[in-house]
Amino acid sequence: MKSLSEIDTTSKRASRAAGYSWGISEEVGKNIRMLEMFGLPGIKNLNDFFKKKKKYQFENLNLISLNNKTVKSHFCPIISGTSFLDQIKSLENLNEIKFEKIGYPLLFLPFVSRASEVVGKRLFLKLDDREFLLNFNNNIYSNFIKNNIIEVANFVSIQFLNNVDSFLEKEWNELYQLSEDTFVEETDSLKQSGAGAGLTDND
Amino acid sequence: MEVKLRNPNVIMKLSRLGSFHQSKLSFLRSFLKEFKDWEYKRGLFELDEFGHGTAVYSFKKNTRVYSLICFANELNEKERSDRVIATKWDAAFTLYDGVPSKQDLDRLRNEVPRQEVGRLSYKELTLSRANKSVRAFNHVVESLSQGKQPDIELLSKIGYLYRTTAVYGSGKFGLADRFRIKHRKEIYGPFRLEMMLVYLVRQFTFDQVNHIAKHKNSRKAVSLDLEICRNLGIGNSTGLGMAPFIVNHPTLLNNWIFARETALKNIREIKNVKIEDSDLFKLCLKKSIKNITSWTTDSNYQQKKIRSLLNDLKKFIEFMETNFDFSKEFSFNEVYLWVEKNLEEECIEYIVSMMMEPYDDIINPLINKMSSEEEKFFNIPTERTVLDLKKILEEKYLEILKIDFSKKENNQNFWFISKNKEEPRMADRFKENGSDLEQPLAIARDIKKLYEVLLVTKSSSTIDKFLAINNHLRHVVRRAFIVEKFPYSEIQDNTISQSIIPIDMLRLKLSFFGALKFDPRSDKWLRICMFQGAPLPNELKNYDAHWVYNSIN
Repeated sequence: MKSLSEIDTTSKRASRAAGYSWGISEEVGKNIRMLEMFGLPGIKNLNDFFKKKKKYQFENLNLISLNNKTVKSHFCPIISGTSFLDQIKSLENLNEIKFEKIGYPLLFLPFVSRASEVVGKRLFLKLDDREFLLNFNNNIYSNFIKNNIIEVANFVSIQFLNNVDSFLEKEWNELYQLSEDTFVEETDSLKQSGAGAGLTDND
Repeated sequence: MEVKLRNPNVIMKLSRLGSFHQSKLSFLRSFLKEFKDWEYKRGLFELDEFGHGTAVYSFKKNTRVYSLICFANELNEKERSDRVIATKWDAAFTLYDGVPSKQDLDRLRNEVPRQEVGRLSYKELTLSRANKSVRAFNHVVESLSQGKQPDIELLSKIGYLYRTTAVYGSGKFGLADRFRIKHRKEIYGPFRLEMMLVYLVRQFTFDQVNHIAKHKNSRKAVSLDLEICRNLGIGNSTGLGMAPFIVNHPTLLNNWIFARETALKNIREIKNVKIEDSDLFKLCLKKSIKNITSWTTDSNYQQKKIRSLLNDLKKFIEFMETNFDFSKEFSFNEVYLWVEKNLEEECIEYIVSMMMEPYDDIINPLINKMSSEEEKFFNIPTERTVLDLKKILEEKYLEILKIDFSKKENNQNFWFISKNKEEPRMADRFKENGSDLEQPLAIARDIKKLYEVLLVTKSSSTIDKFLAINNHLRHVVRRAFIVEKFPYSEIQDNTISQSIIPIDMLRLKLSFFGALKFDPRSDKWLRICMFQGAPLPNELKNYDAHWVYNSIN
């Protein structure tokens, strides 16, 4: 089994050899390491992407907007992803960002996951019918479990999820009430002796 | 009184970093300190009469066990080489996480001796190989088998029976990634498992030499005297592979140097130095001179440095004995100011190391701060402005920005990875092919390029916009924001200049390892000695923390 350190270094060097700057290649190394750690097929997709990169002439997306449409080909997942991560602070107030045709979108995903950590919000990524909930770059919840190559996602959307509870207040209260059953009812004596400061803590 | 930390623009120059010496912060010393209470054991020891076979050594505490597995093999004289191009060695080693099973040993017997072309697993933590110092090894075997102890003078010239030629860790060749083990308290210090491997290999060399001598002449043979064992270390040959490490791990480099600088600052701020502390400082200083007078090298460069160090030390000791009074307030500060004013870099850093000796209370908390969570600082703060970045460069790279890279001598060399060994190398860009595949290690040149682009960019523009059209400079933009937070994270020199001495970069790292007796074999590789004078594994429970100055060699 390859170590994550080997995966990082080899992906970085391969990206440089494929024509990306050293700085971008460093990002790719970290991203593929992350995908593989989360059990997603990073190496497989990166390898195939580099093999087809020349033929497909992927389009660079340097400035992210609300709706991002390609002119001719597919968006390059690495440059689009880098732009998304770099510009995330100015994008976070939008509810949803859409893209058309991102090539090898699994290579775009780690940038979105890292952006989730930067803005402190969960991001919901849809690659056609594949869904990914990106939780602050700590884990990924998804309906995609196949270890395969995705050459293109025709419709991509990223929703910024507000930091709200996933449960109703009523459900919380019920659970809280149950937790109170671990508390001890205080007598007058316990009130005086139970806490360290006693009654003279304002002296 | 508050003493300022020393200026990174001075300390991070290569000539200064290349003058660093081992100290109480060094990893091999902190390793011994951490593992002194662990249970040491020699387990399996299945060697034939020539010393070839398998041996296992371990350290154990509660349920945690680390096992060194040694494979000693026959090696044709012609095949023995310290160079990285070698493919066979006298012995190969791996540090195993736990107690290896027979299946593990069988698997590793096929992989470990092959080193870079073998495959390890997440159960193995470090990997290494070593060659005999044939001169020393054969002499010791011969002497012991004749019932005599070996010639100490000969051994003192060499200092070891084996020298390692590489020690790998952190995920190389399938070894365990650091993330799997980084939360273990006992290894919360850089290179601690690499130090363990080297330390246990040292013991293997003694056991092997005794074993062979006994088989050679079972009636007359004696064991190697324990005092001689203590005064032998493990040699190491190190080439350029180590140099890029300190460029590629800026926050880690910062944490090492910051610990050293903080220690110095705290010691200079001591108002009243206790007599026992000043006495210990003076004692270590005097005893340490043996380590310099027994420091032999054929390198003119190093000989000059050793001469300068000895002369300066004589000057310093005379100053201590005739003009200095430790009962004055802030006396270590006075020591330092005198040293900085009167002595050369090699000796300044020597005295700084020595000043740490009495102060466990200052040093120990710093040892645990010498690792780094590098990932935390990887993201670029793209909401910052071009003006912010420009200011950082002007403040943190003042000297670098003065370098004229249009001059050939400032742009002479390039760093590359060799295809056959995947190891870093350096070459003259105007004589050799390959500079189009240059590694991103010309930080000074690229920082200057970045600055020139920033000068013609709107100051209020944010970094995300800047990067959208300047991603070729992304690697140095990232570095600049790291340097802003970590003052000692960058070498303040030109790593591609004609005058660069790469072994200065190796020396910096090796001094933090705790190496002694740097012996440059060229400007690109050197030999060193580790653990010379150190206690033996079964003596760790009550050892002298200042063992490094006890060597008889």
